[in-house]
Amino acid sequence: MADAEEPMAVDGGHCDISCDWDGRWNHVRKFLERPGPFTHPDFEPSTEALSGFRLIHVVDMDTIDVSNLNRQFLFRPKDVGRPKAEVAADFINGRIPGCKVVPHFKKIQDFDESFYRQFHIIVCGLDSVIARRWMNGMLISLLSYEDGILDPSSIIPLIDGGTEGFKGNARVILPGMTACIDCTLELYPPQINFPMCTIASMPRLPEHCIEYARILQWPKEKPFGEISLDGDNPEHIQWVFDKAQERAAEFNITGVTYRLTQGVVKRIIPAVASTNAVIAAACATEVFKIATSAYIPLNNYLVFNDVDGLYTYTFEAERKENCSACSQVPQDLQFPPSAKLQEVLEYLTENASLQMKSPAITTTLEGKNKTLYLQSVKSIEERTRPNLCKTLKELGLSDGQELAVADVTTPQTVLFKLNFTT
Amino acid sequence: MAATKANKEQKYDRQLRLWGDHGQESLENAHVCLINATATGTEILKNLVLPGIGAFTIVDGHIVSGEDYQHTVFVKHLTIGFILQNRAQAATELLQELNSDVSGNFVEEVGNCVTMIPQKKLLLIEHTVIESHPDNALEDLRLDQPFSEFTNHIQSYDLENMEKKDHSHTPWIIVVAKYLDKWLSEHNCQAPKTYREKEAFKLFIREGILKNENGVPEDEENFEEAIKNVNTALNPTKIPSAVEDLFNSQQCSNITSQTPSFWVMLRAVKEFVHNEGNGNLPVRGTIPDMIADSQKFINLQNVYREKAMQDAAAVSKHVEYLLQSVGKSPENIPEKDIKLFCKNASFLRVVRCRSLAEEYNVDSVNKDEIASCMDNPDSEMVFYLMLRAVDRFYQQHSRYPGVYNYQVEEDISRLKLCVNSLLQEYSLNVNIKDDYIHEFCRYGAAEPHTVAAFLGGSAAQEAIKIISHQFVPFNNTFIYNAMSQTSATLHL
Repeated sequence: MADAEEPMAVDGGHCDISCDWDGRWNHVRKFLERPGPFTHPDFEPSTEALSGFRLIHVVDMDTIDVSNLNRQFLFRPKDVGRPKAEVAADFINGRIPGCKVVPHFKKIQDFDESFYRQFHIIVCGLDSVIARRWMNGMLISLLSYEDGILDPSSIIPLIDGGTEGFKGNARVILPGMTACIDCTLELYPPQINFPMCTIASMPRLPEHCIEYARILQWPKEKPFGEISLDGDNPEHIQWVFDKAQERAAEFNITGVTYRLTQGVVKRIIPAVASTNAVIAAACATEVFKIATSAYIPLNNYLVFNDVDGLYTYTFEAERKENCSACSQVPQDLQFPPSAKLQEVLEYLTENASLQMKSPAITTTLEGKNKTLYLQSVKSIEERTRPNLCKTLKELGLSDGQELAVADVTTPQTVLFKLNFTT
Repeated sequence: MAATKANKEQKYDRQLRLWGDHGQESLENAHVCLINATATGTEILKNLVLPGIGAFTIVDGHIVSGEDYQHTVFVKHLTIGFILQNRAQAATELLQELNSDVSGNFVEEVGNCVTMIPQKKLLLIEHTVIESHPDNALEDLRLDQPFSEFTNHIQSYDLENMEKKDHSHTPWIIVVAKYLDKWLSEHNCQAPKTYREKEAFKLFIREGILKNENGVPEDEENFEEAIKNVNTALNPTKIPSAVEDLFNSQQCSNITSQTPSFWVMLRAVKEFVHNEGNGNLPVRGTIPDMIADSQKFINLQNVYREKAMQDAAAVSKHVEYLLQSVGKSPENIPEKDIKLFCKNASFLRVVRCRSLAEEYNVDSVNKDEIASCMDNPDSEMVFYLMLRAVDRFYQQHSRYPGVYNYQVEEDISRLKLCVNSLLQEYSLNVNIKDDYIHEFCRYGAAEPHTVAAFLGGSAAQEAIKIISHQFVPFNNTFIYNAMSQTSATLHL
């Protein structure tokens, strides 16, 4: 926890007295002014901590869609098409006196350390594991160590929440101290895609027919020119739906509907107001606890499920000793010198603890930086592609060689150490 | 009109994928009443308005106070002085904003507020659920008791004399069925039961994998699937005990003209089980996806589908007969309802809750549940007991403990007296730590918004479960502890 001498300053202090009216803080006052048997051992009751959260920055790259309105209650039908961050900020700024929300209609990756360093707490409601890992990596990169000892004032707590239908989870991460996103990567099983041969020649389910239209027919027939398929464009979905129906008819498969088509193309996850309210509430409770030190924060993972009754499970996710993100230990890569670079690439993407998306591998050879393989830039991909078929020995790599791997899943490169096996 | 319908489908798309159009319809036909627009109350209502509840009415006689503005999302603060607005009206206006499809009303009357800190109670006498949507349901394949259409179908397969392409793309269900057939004829009609027998059976199947000219087994994924699924595939088909219990219940045995359709259909299924079903429920009719070529898979799927339709038709006849026997027409229970019922026959649930009177009555209080939970003095049960004690405090002092700072110290001993009298009255031999009594005085009846929001979300979804009759409601007391982020469901 942060040093008691440097309290979490959540009050931006820019608002005048008229923002507070009689009774406004009565509900939280009692928690913050009165000592009690269950409070955090370091908690000192006071009247100073008595403000709401005054300054909040919101980062969101999305615009509002009609389908958000069933649960995202800061938005109204008139807001459809506008950036979420801006509408949310307008709503709160207009409705909650004294609170200032600064919107950023951007991707989280558009900002660097100088931006994230200014915050006391980060809360995430992201919709992908990749984004979570990125934020996780960013906060880890802000940690400073002196003589191998972590400086607690460099820790920015991360509170992460997510939902799927009637299930959800909330977790508290103290980077460098508690389990991080990558420590528990196995909790997020990799997304399963249908095998290509099933889609191409042996469809059995309506989903197979839809994927056939999306993956094979669209690139071939280019129905709207060179544009790639846009799941938010009803005309595109209609085209996929029609083609999927044709294919289904060919194979006597029933069940292709517009709704299913949309769901498969956009990888839609069902969502309701209630589950999101529960998880958001759990996250907000943790922010309150951490900011005020009034109670001990969640340690450190909560799972919620209300399919059958109401079920919660709280446990302490453990740090992984050799976590690729937070352990500061170079990762071990065990391969025989005769292994091809392609095998290393496959390991980086398929291993459950790494799950990289398109890793770029570089190393130092004869004092110079050398790119072994990089996918994201076409010209470099073409130049380095032949390396995939070469063995590690042929590439000039030796036992103990350090490889630096960059990937979208992390803002910093991950260091690997090559360990030759016989 | 069409535009609104399409717009609604778009707006509600993400939730329609959970409870379907029919679930949404039930929701839109419902009218919910909220007593007291507190933080928790407005949060619950928000999570009902957003998904499109038909209508709501708030009953509340209070004027908005400074404290209520802590949940300012639902109560607007006007900076130029206060307008003394009734809380029900204020909340109605702002909740109404969330969804124009919903109609909101309010009544300015004082309702009796019982709950304060996180506790939810479910008070239903009997709630039936056809679509419980279980997370991990076992498939209904009937491999141990194959129906005749299935047996005929697998006869058309001759695994020994198939081309490789066909052999590798035969559905695993058929592979297991064929090998099971052979096994039975070689083992005196005894199916593999023990671990060793099942392992031997798996080996038996593995030996059936085609080999190339060098004797090396080919890559036949469908056979690997068959082997992997042997354990569950050989599970004996039987009626779940929960469903058997329902068959034996009073409502099922005594069908009258007042009987709800759930019980009429259940009775019809019971009749089916004893007749056409030969001791089994109607076939569900679905099979999981598996490696196979399209035609073989579709053909197999159709065998199950057609059998399911046949069984549902038989159940239908029983429904008709039952309805007629109590003077009602068969139209009372539509075909599609019967089909849905049959498809979910293994997953039917009935939730019965005790009444508040039973819970509170000295003679029927659930002492066992309370005592066994309190073996751990920090179990969530302690909060239930504290809440009951706090209610007692309110009755005696017309206020909650510790509302003002100067009250905190003295109220601790007053609250302790309430706790002791409660325990005594119910002859509960449990120990409540002083820490909890202190903590409840410290709270001073505060309703932090994040805690209200957690309960608001969970309670709203329980209401939706009850309205839609989908998914299973809790039974009957839910306690949430925000300090430790833990919860418990108590059966009281």
